[in-house]
Amino acid sequence: MDAVIRFISKPHPVTGVTNSKLGIWCFLASEVMLFGGLFSAYVLLRTGSLGWPHGWELLNVPLATLNTMVLITSSVTMVMSWASLAEIPPKADPPRIVAEKNFAKYRLFMAATILLGLTFLVVKSFEYAHKFENHHFPSTNTFYAIYFTLTGLHGIHVLIGILVNSYFLFPGSALWRKDPEQFSGRIEAAGLYWHFVDLVWIFLFPVLYLL
Amino acid sequence: MNSSHEEVVKSQVKTYIAVFVALAVMTAVTVFVSYMRLPLLFAVIAALAIATFKGSLVAGFFMHLTTEKKVIFGVLLLAVILFLSLLFLPVFTSLQHSNFVEHVA
Repeated sequence: MDAVIRFISKPHPVTGVTNSKLGIWCFLASEVMLFGGLFSAYVLLRTGSLGWPHGWELLNVPLATLNTMVLITSSVTMVMSWASLAEIPPKADPPRIVAEKNFAKYRLFMAATILLGLTFLVVKSFEYAHKFENHHFPSTNTFYAIYFTLTGLHGIHVLIGILVNSYFLFPGSALWRKDPEQFSGRIEAAGLYWHFVDLVWIFLFPVLYLL
Repeated sequence: MNSSHEEVVKSQVKTYIAVFVALAVMTAVTVFVSYMRLPLLFAVIAALAIATFKGSLVAGFFMHLTTEKKVIFGVLLLAVILFLSLLFLPVFTSLQHSNFVEHVA
């Protein structure tokens, strides 16, 4: 017997939101705690240290700035992919053609999001490689320990986001033909996760690189 | 779906583009401010203020918190309270034994 999760497309009468949306927000709340704990560790380590280097002395600010722009752009393409599913082209088009056009736009924006995510990871790998070439490892000092922990954990989140988005670009997109409303809800949930990853980087960038 | 819905979607897309431009400009500003080499206290305040503004734009518009239901805010409020406790309780505890004030100043 199949287990049925109710109210995944239509809002729950009590909460006013779909269960899938409430679920992803509860997950993101737990992610706030995960990164919050590490930010707290960073503050404690820095304030408790007798000498803490400035991030801009040790890290590559131009590369990190480039990565910030890449991630911000990916957030726009992600939200545009979701908006494409709800967009309506000129009225003259028959509904089926309209839907196909919307879906093609969705795929274009989603592919752009994935490519931008991969670009972020490639740039990050160059940065890591440079650090390793200069024998800077997590064990080198406390600064590098927290730097690699925070950026590494964030990088893993980007990778997971790329995998989820790739699923919705290829095999997962079959749901769109069967249940467009549910598919749109899934893309919204994937988008919320992706924007959260962007949001974390917005704080990591100044804290690690600019201060 | 009707023409009013179409207008709403078009307006949303314009908002997303405007938010993107604002985020790009604020990124440039935060990097520019960092090159001014301000005293640490002012640098921290400036960097976190800009990051909070950028984060609010992402959460408000890309994550649609400006139009979200109360139950979502309830979940987030709980997370924020716990996060701030996690952040400040150890800091306040360690303040009595650390040179935090001398460092920041």
